[in-house]
Amino acid sequence: MSNIIDLKLFELVEKIKKKEISSQEVTKSFIDRSQKSKKLNSYITENFENALQKAKQFDEKPDFNKKLPGIPLAVKDLFCTKNIRTTAGSKILENFIPTYESTVTKNILNEGGIIIGKLNCDEFAMGSSNETSFFGNVQNPISENLVPGGSSGGSSSALAAKLTPATIGTDTGGSIRQPASFTGTVGLKPTYGSCSRYGIVAFASSLDQAGPMTQNVKDCALMLEVISSYDNKDSTSVDFKRGQYLKDLNENIKGKKIGIPKQYRVDGMPKEIDELWKKGMKIIENNGGEIIEINLPNTNYALPAYYIVAPAEASSNLARYDGVKYGFRSKGENLIDMYEKTRSEGFGDEVKRRIMIGTYVLSSGYYDAYYLKAQKVRRLIKNDFDEAYKKVDAILTPSTPSSAFKIGEKTNDPVSMYLNDIFTVPINLAGLPAISIPAGHDKSGYPLGLQVIGKAFDEQNILNIAYSIEKNINFKNNINDWWIN
Amino acid sequence: MTIDLKTVKHISKLSRISIDDNKAKKLSDDLNSIFKFIEKLEELDTEKIEPLTSIAETNLKLRKDEIESKNIREDILKNSPEDNKDFFVVPKVVE
Repeated sequence: MSNIIDLKLFELVEKIKKKEISSQEVTKSFIDRSQKSKKLNSYITENFENALQKAKQFDEKPDFNKKLPGIPLAVKDLFCTKNIRTTAGSKILENFIPTYESTVTKNILNEGGIIIGKLNCDEFAMGSSNETSFFGNVQNPISENLVPGGSSGGSSSALAAKLTPATIGTDTGGSIRQPASFTGTVGLKPTYGSCSRYGIVAFASSLDQAGPMTQNVKDCALMLEVISSYDNKDSTSVDFKRGQYLKDLNENIKGKKIGIPKQYRVDGMPKEIDELWKKGMKIIENNGGEIIEINLPNTNYALPAYYIVAPAEASSNLARYDGVKYGFRSKGENLIDMYEKTRSEGFGDEVKRRIMIGTYVLSSGYYDAYYLKAQKVRRLIKNDFDEAYKKVDAILTPSTPSSAFKIGEKTNDPVSMYLNDIFTVPINLAGLPAISIPAGHDKSGYPLGLQVIGKAFDEQNILNIAYSIEKNINFKNNINDWWIN
Repeated sequence: MTIDLKTVKHISKLSRISIDDNKAKKLSDDLNSIFKFIEKLEELDTEKIEPLTSIAETNLKLRKDEIESKNIREDILKNSPEDNKDFFVVPKVVE
């Protein structure tokens, strides 16, 4: 059964339902391949034996009405999983075993999914290359020593390498869409309030959203259907009527108005990305959509505003790591000394940097100049989108200003690393849904993505537009299994 | 505005993160380049703009405050770096 790993998620679901293959066969196939792929360092924690047992239980008493019947999935290690170690890529949580399940992973379990492991990520999801993880760099299966993007880098790597048929990540400023773009896969950040944040290790609470990462748009619709739910354990969860994303998926985009923001044509963007963008526009026009130039005048201020809002929220969220109730503790001469040493030794450099930025912008005398100012800019950015959506149904942009870069290339310059998220961050600030789909390659053969941004709670629309582009592009990932001897 | 070593030390104190002197210099350089980037916001006139504090901007829903997890003290304490079976233990705070 060596070809199981080549099947799409929705095909695996169909075949299990038709009893052509068993959950055990599928689970074993992905575990076998994961075991041969340690060089990628995609996993932080393996749950293989337990998963095989769960698969056996499923086969003995199958429920084919589930959306993920006996399907093995590895997930980002930012989701708390009951009795399975959850580290958030940090030393400070190296030995943390949650006593509860995040709502998103609970939804997966309730639909018959089986967790085969926890995937590497940047420490507390702070990073764009997976290089801030305490558990080491992750390799991009596209090419050796290439970053898989971040912060959901273990997720994108495992997905592209077919160690898991689909996965979930979290996206605070691009952490699902950028790694998807870097690995030739699909990633969707839902509207803020769609997926519960309960049990997700918090980074920036007003921006964080969980979302699916998949091989194709159809799988993405299926996964979104599973994980999106109203949850009274998350006070910002929104109680709206969720769509039947998979059933209603269709490629008909006739009459749809798609906006092209001129501010996304940034200096120094490779020609290939501009060409890819034009290719996307052409496909939309050929499929009966209309391309309309739009204006998002405050785009350039999104990233600076983000680097105030996100660290401010992070500094507050990460105050809980004090070495008392859980996590790493360092010895100190007194309580304060213990706190300071614990946090100094337990957090990595990028996390410390962001806590300190956040602490500074919230500190007495600076709050108005930085934090309040950033929240006002956030309003301007949201207004830009509101204005644009009076004229268009969705917006098309590139996902990232470049393709994947080499490991180590940007680690010494935080600002150049931050610039990676220039096309994704505004969407989090405005709370909108957006999907990245693979759309081409650069001259080195590295994947490039296009991003479709929607109105709030209009996930079906962006899925349909992405589906229509996907059908015409026929993207193929060039992966030669270089990491397997 | 520049973030000098004294400011770095002050923020590190507020953040409860100890920083040794040789790291403080590098951190000050990093923070300065980040704040230079952030200061682009000064170009914008936001005098009359309402801050956006939450994207949801709806009234928070209320629910009953009911206990759902019971008898998990042992499990919770298992994650504690130091405990005496009933309590979390910290360095002595009262003489």
